[in-house]
Amino acid sequence: MATQFQIIPPGKFSFKGNIGKNGSRDLNIGEKPQSVRINTLIYCMGDREEEFFNCFEFPPAPVPQEKEEEAVDWKQREGETVDEYITGLYLLAGHCNYGNLKEELIRDCIVVGIRDKKLQRKLQLIEKEDEMACLIKGCNFLLKNIPDEAFAFVRHGNPEYQFQTSEPNIFPYLLLNVGSGVSIVKVESEDKYERIGGTAMGGGTFLGLGSLLTNAKEFDDLLNLAVKGDHRNVDMLVKDIYGGAYSALGLPGDLLASSFGKTVRNSKQATGEAAHIYAEEDIAKSLLHMISNDIGQIACLYANLHGLKKCYFGGYFIRGQPVTMSTITFAMNYWSKGEVQGLFLRHEGYLGAIGAFLKGAEEDDTVKYQWGENYAGSSGLTCSSPPPYGKFATRGRSGTFDMLELDRLDHPLVHLPKLRDPGHYHADTVDLTKDTEARIYWLDCFEEAIDRVAKCAVKSQPNSEDSQERAQQFIIKYRKRLQELREQPFKVAHPVRKSVKVSCVFGISGKSSATDTSCTKTSSRSPMVEGQPHKLAIIFVDNSGADVILGVFPLVKELLNRGTEVILSANSGPALNDITHNELRIVIKRVTELDSDICLAVDENRLTLLESGSASPCLDLSRVDQELAEQCRKADLLIFEGMGRAVHTNLEASFTCESLKLAVLKNKWLANRLGGEAFSVMFKYER
Amino acid sequence: MDSKPKFINGNTPTTGSENGSDIDSDIAAPPMPWFGLDIGGTLTKLVYFEPTDINTAEEEGYKEVETLRTIRHYLTSNTAYGKTGIRDVHLTIKQFEIHQRVGNLHFIRFPTNDMHIFLQMVEAKKLSSLADTICSTGGGAFKFEQEFKDVVNMRLEKYDELNCLISGIHYIDSKIPNECYYWSNLDPFNSEACEKVPFDFRDPYPYLVVNIGSGVSILTVHSRHKFQRVSGTSLGGGTFLGLCCLLTGCQTFEEAIEMAASGDSTKVDKLVRDIYGGDYARFGLPGSTVASSFGHMNISEKRDAATKNDLARSTLVTITNNIGSIARMCALNHGIERIVFVGNFLRVNPIAMKLLSYAMEYWSKGALKALFLEHEGYFGAVGALMKLISTKSDQKDKSEPSQFEV
Repeated sequence: MATQFQIIPPGKFSFKGNIGKNGSRDLNIGEKPQSVRINTLIYCMGDREEEFFNCFEFPPAPVPQEKEEEAVDWKQREGETVDEYITGLYLLAGHCNYGNLKEELIRDCIVVGIRDKKLQRKLQLIEKEDEMACLIKGCNFLLKNIPDEAFAFVRHGNPEYQFQTSEPNIFPYLLLNVGSGVSIVKVESEDKYERIGGTAMGGGTFLGLGSLLTNAKEFDDLLNLAVKGDHRNVDMLVKDIYGGAYSALGLPGDLLASSFGKTVRNSKQATGEAAHIYAEEDIAKSLLHMISNDIGQIACLYANLHGLKKCYFGGYFIRGQPVTMSTITFAMNYWSKGEVQGLFLRHEGYLGAIGAFLKGAEEDDTVKYQWGENYAGSSGLTCSSPPPYGKFATRGRSGTFDMLELDRLDHPLVHLPKLRDPGHYHADTVDLTKDTEARIYWLDCFEEAIDRVAKCAVKSQPNSEDSQERAQQFIIKYRKRLQELREQPFKVAHPVRKSVKVSCVFGISGKSSATDTSCTKTSSRSPMVEGQPHKLAIIFVDNSGADVILGVFPLVKELLNRGTEVILSANSGPALNDITHNELRIVIKRVTELDSDICLAVDENRLTLLESGSASPCLDLSRVDQELAEQCRKADLLIFEGMGRAVHTNLEASFTCESLKLAVLKNKWLANRLGGEAFSVMFKYER
Repeated sequence: MDSKPKFINGNTPTTGSENGSDIDSDIAAPPMPWFGLDIGGTLTKLVYFEPTDINTAEEEGYKEVETLRTIRHYLTSNTAYGKTGIRDVHLTIKQFEIHQRVGNLHFIRFPTNDMHIFLQMVEAKKLSSLADTICSTGGGAFKFEQEFKDVVNMRLEKYDELNCLISGIHYIDSKIPNECYYWSNLDPFNSEACEKVPFDFRDPYPYLVVNIGSGVSILTVHSRHKFQRVSGTSLGGGTFLGLCCLLTGCQTFEEAIEMAASGDSTKVDKLVRDIYGGDYARFGLPGSTVASSFGHMNISEKRDAATKNDLARSTLVTITNNIGSIARMCALNHGIERIVFVGNFLRVNPIAMKLLSYAMEYWSKGALKALFLEHEGYFGAVGALMKLISTKSDQKDKSEPSQFEV
């Protein structure tokens, strides 16, 4: 079976926010005098302590009586995960602006902070040279395993964030790691990569010049200034050079001709501090444009030279800032004439840390794990939990991808081989980022259901003292999230789409949804299959209970009688009332006792069970269990049962073999949309 | 506002099919005075031909002979005009033969912002009584067209600036020995050891032209008539001077260069060795490579420790390296080995020239060669002058330029 784990490495080296605080805590020196704490940390940091020290703000030793709340925050809580730890480190590192140093510092912090001695030793062995390896490893990992990791940004597009489907083959690509400077790496395979260039104009230049020319001394402050600024007051544009005539030439007057070209003094401005006549917002904006343009242009030049079409951006410079992303995108489109695509990563700042973590985990355990994003715990495109400490709290708008929770899966997940066009396969039938009507409908459904769900939850835990309180927290948090989605629909990324499906499949809240009694209607079904018998049919099963007993098994029998082998594929993990693989094993044992045909088929291996790899009411065929995928190569019939697997996902999917999608449309709104009535039975057969 | 970055358009492939530096001697020479004007974003460049083969009798035939003499005298007897106009005396080409005339070619520049002063001079010297047009190029030819008409009643005859640039380069190079040179004995730690060595420019094709004005234009040149703008950047001389003005409060380009000459950019920039303690051998990065321009300046102590000269130096190094990097990638993408750097950013700027030379050589392992031209910023103006004397007035190129360089 496949169980899902959170990444909580040995010793739970999970702490968050301020390394000064947490380092102290994790070295068990939190109660010691400040000097001892500082010295211990410095000792542990080795020769990097000076730079590191500069960005530290050591908190006073915790005094529980007075600062109870804060002290509680410092404690390592149950369920705190590695991403929170990484987030904290990256916040600090990004904050300190150590650029290329950052990966190293983070590794040092892990080494210092980790409690597990075995892992600590291993991590210490990671040499500086492995930074790049970690970076690439992390990037490959995200691109392969995290759905909707990469996106193109199209300013004023609908949607602005265009998520990329994860392709079976991500190589080759160009990775620009934008730290204080920029490293440009060509990645050709999991193990083959090369640093082909770089530029010294990066985040450090932005912050360095910004610190000199404005009052902002923090990266985010400078970004916030830039967003408010107008670079045209500082930059020389075409219209400044060509005068009013530019329109006659078909040239937009706002074309950038010379960055900071207007700040050149001329004889008219005799004396006085030049800097004072330019707004610092405008200067910051011009800086951001200058550097983003430059990075985009240089990315194109390298991509062209090496014949690459995709450039991913890692590092901490971009931070999800639309101005930065649109500037880079514009520059790349302009200089490559659309040939080279600039793609941004939701977890741009995590690449090295994730790579380092995976490297450590691999060395610790030779089993090849597969990881999946935990949507409930991850922030998606929002900053779900701004760190509460002092200046970190100001991070706010930028650096938005700061929460990643990963589940470890026991089996690798791969594309289903029968997909006709795996590179363009989208599991979702409706893209809620684009489909406004559908989005509003489902968000309304959620909103209306919140109280009911919370009530059910409280009722289900009669012995819990704080269930009321937790339910209340849930309501607040959930409402806030829904509001965000209404305001910024592009954030309806994978995690939320998924929950949409969860609820609609089960009619949790569909305005006109029925109870699940409708399922029983299928009991009267007596499937007949005609024509040439199939060799191997794979049935993706849906609900437990009547659905599987009265719906699926008669179909299985029919197929077996025709001489078709059958694989029943159920979810690996639990999701609502879907039958799981393990439950199906129990069920089938009971069925064999009652039905001799089934019994014989099981004995002769004509009827087998394979887990799907999924733990969702929906089915993403780009992420199915490897063994199932292997068996699937021989299949000539795929059957998808239920709304989650056949309607909300895969309705439009096309296969290289025959397929049958069947469901009862339990939701009136959706049924109408598909041109039917509520409780219509849908069969979609394709060959 | 629309915050999208914009660039100078100019990627439209253009082959300069036009008659570049060839002067058709059948065409009657236009009346004196002969000017070529290039109005850039920051600087305006004026090329003036002073005939020395004057046949007094012939000249007396002109009705405005006094005016002509006044102008000639004014331009050649001064080296500065107004507060900001400068004649680059060291660039004067003596005994220059053009269109069967012999004389001196003078090179004059003034800030584009002082155009009104120039116009006053034109008016005072009654230039418009001698000619009704001035052959001009650069964006300012458009911007100031109306002003010329209104103030001095003269027409700016506008020519494509890349065309002017290329024909100017070829014309000067074909006429002047030792115009083109490179820097040898490059040593980043001992710039005094570098020396200028003439380069034979008779068969330079293909080559790249990197014209560094306020912004930068990059062109591939495959023959005298076949060239194309392939790239450019908004980080150019204007960026250097603009940032220097903001950072140091300096007033002029010369001042900025002077400050930079005595500054130390390693106090401002973060080098590879600041991060790795030495070279980053695995990726072939020497410790002295700049890892992050201005990368130290986020730390207040280092900000306090950096002098204005250090900041000026770092600005110069940053802009120069960036231009070098883009130029190098363009050369690689187009399979070109010779890169000619021109533009007024290079004026009195051996630091930038040596840095570019070193960067081209180092990163290409000697495959790329950085070349420079003595009349670095004046080729556009020379090209405009060529148009004046090579084209009959009724045949002037009226086509809208397809490419622009700033």
